[in-house]
Amino acid sequence: MAGQLSIAKALNEALRKSLEEDPKTLLMGEDIGKLGGVFRITDGLQKDFGDNRVIDTPLAESGIVGTAIGLALRGYRPVVEIQFDGFVYPAFDQIVSQLAKMHARALGHVKLPVTIRIPYAGGIGAVEHHSESHEAYFAHTAGLRVVTPSNAHDAHWMLRQAIASDDPVIFLEPKRRYWDKAEVGDTADLPLHDARIARHGTDATLIAYGPMVKVCLDAAAAAEEDGRRLEVVDLRSLSPVDFATLEASVRRTGRAIVVHEAPVFLGMGAELAARLTERCFYHLEAPVLRVGGYHAPYPPSRVEEAFLPDLDRVLDAVDRSFAF
Amino acid sequence: MTVKSTTRARKKAAPAVPDTLPTGSGAPLDEGGRPDLVQLLTPEGERVEHPDYPLSTTPEELRDLYRDLVLVRRFDAEATSLQRQGELGLWASLLGQEAAQVGSGRAMRPGDYAFPTYREHGVAWCRDVDPLNLLGMFRGVNHGGWDPNEKNFHLYTIVIGSQTLHATGYAMGITKDGTDDAVIAYFGDGASSQGDVSEAFTFASVYNAPVVFFCQNNQWAISEPTTNQTKIPLYRRASGFGFPGVRVDGNDVLACLAVTRWALDHARSGNGPVLIEAFTYRMGAHTTSDDPTRYRLAEETEAWRAKDPISRLKAHLEREGLADEEFFASVEAKSEELGLRVREGVRSMPDPDPTLIFDHVYAEPHTLVDEERAEYIAYAASFEGGENL
Repeated sequence: MAGQLSIAKALNEALRKSLEEDPKTLLMGEDIGKLGGVFRITDGLQKDFGDNRVIDTPLAESGIVGTAIGLALRGYRPVVEIQFDGFVYPAFDQIVSQLAKMHARALGHVKLPVTIRIPYAGGIGAVEHHSESHEAYFAHTAGLRVVTPSNAHDAHWMLRQAIASDDPVIFLEPKRRYWDKAEVGDTADLPLHDARIARHGTDATLIAYGPMVKVCLDAAAAAEEDGRRLEVVDLRSLSPVDFATLEASVRRTGRAIVVHEAPVFLGMGAELAARLTERCFYHLEAPVLRVGGYHAPYPPSRVEEAFLPDLDRVLDAVDRSFAF
Repeated sequence: MTVKSTTRARKKAAPAVPDTLPTGSGAPLDEGGRPDLVQLLTPEGERVEHPDYPLSTTPEELRDLYRDLVLVRRFDAEATSLQRQGELGLWASLLGQEAAQVGSGRAMRPGDYAFPTYREHGVAWCRDVDPLNLLGMFRGVNHGGWDPNEKNFHLYTIVIGSQTLHATGYAMGITKDGTDDAVIAYFGDGASSQGDVSEAFTFASVYNAPVVFFCQNNQWAISEPTTNQTKIPLYRRASGFGFPGVRVDGNDVLACLAVTRWALDHARSGNGPVLIEAFTYRMGAHTTSDDPTRYRLAEETEAWRAKDPISRLKAHLEREGLADEEFFASVEAKSEELGLRVREGVRSMPDPDPTLIFDHVYAEPHTLVDEERAEYIAYAASFEGGENL
């Protein structure tokens, strides 16, 4: 595994390892076989594992998730690919009404180890329905686990951990980072649901996940030139949230800014801000601030730069925090 | 809506069910423009033969089927009464659909798997699921509760049609396992309009999954007639997906048994899915919450009453001298026994501990659930000592 891998390749290797390790693991999705997926995440896997394990499905998202539930009930461990974020909505009922609840309904008698991989979020100049950030819908649903890596190492190990989990996991892949390379280590250094301090700092905490971690790391580097040392926490897991790591960081720095691409209103930032305020009130020098998308449909790509948080918007929020 | 009489002799024999890729027919249209039904027992209790669905039964098997029908109806009636008495929050009665459920349920082998809606009490009975388990969700003490793998009977599914995909996926798993089990997915005429049912047909057909889609066309989806769901007979939907469809007299337990047994064997032999449309009638309300007198005519219900699934089998048993008064009395005694067990069982069903809310949300620990459970327990404990105030 050693060496620099892109997130795309790290995910491909994770799927390969999972298929090798457990004959009950299956991949399902549109165009994942010969084509290797539109992002090539499943490249070469059908060739090596056969079309009985790497299954090209009809173009029907509810059908993909619904049959994956049935396969899981039969003892399989399906990993399904939704081709793009905006295409998951036809499967929404199967995910939130069926997949998320069946373990509880059966009082634990059945397990639903289904992993749903979704390339999500924007920044690649795509057409409509190819840039959505819908993590809040899934994190809001009890019974689902929601995770998102920000680098190749986490992409590899978090996917293997997600597939090994006996719970359904929504695995969000930051598609604009697919080609970012990083060293992928030989072991997972964190449990699936732990947050990671991506950069240590003392003056304010930037909380981000998925595609926004890099933006926040860049912002922190820029802020250092202004003499502000920003801590960056990569949340990694959106359900559950590792509040212990967040609280410890915010107590140290006294300031928190949550950054995500999804619209701010009722997004992950709302939950994080509310809980951090409850738990760290006397340690805060300023309200927890949020930076994210607007309450508008994801815009046409020619103006998506205005919608997406960038380094300047993050630093602007840092300034506002210090102005309190 | 019009109702096809099943009392007439069939005009002609139904055609053979295709053994290669079908033209989609299991039965032609009769002279009235309505498709013929596979029938083995007339409403008068006369045994008739069908060239494609032969069925040989011993007198004991016929008596067992009769007992099933009576006990399932009794269980259902008891549950309806319990709802009226406030013991259940809701009940979805199967009255009128006993033959479709018992016939199809008894066609299954032990290794086969059923994916029901919320009305398949008769199928549950055939799978030997304790009837009291079915009442938990209607009483509000759980959302299902039984272990689906114990009797190969999945949890009731309320969102209509969702379970047809689960059944199809399960059947795809059977194919991968290389066993000769098969699956039945139950749904209704209303669910046939759902996208999930179409997607299930597609997946089942494409992957040749051993699944039988058993549609109980009980003519009404709450207040909406089947004509609001489809312009063609439902069994003919199968042809567009490339597998056979058969329409069976859903009030004829023998026909339901024979056709479902054939369909399951067809599926388990690697021939792919089958759609069965059991043409039947929901004699009661959709659930205890609605009032069918607002949306359908009493004449229609009365016409169907003449095709009652129990009285026709009873007539057959009597006509052929296959059961005596002692037998009918013993069934009646068992019915009383079941009624009592269900009444007492429901009334003594304990409410769950509120911490059930937090149990089984996840298979593995989840910090938010753990925190909220602890918060709740602490909050509930804060009331201790205040109870006598």
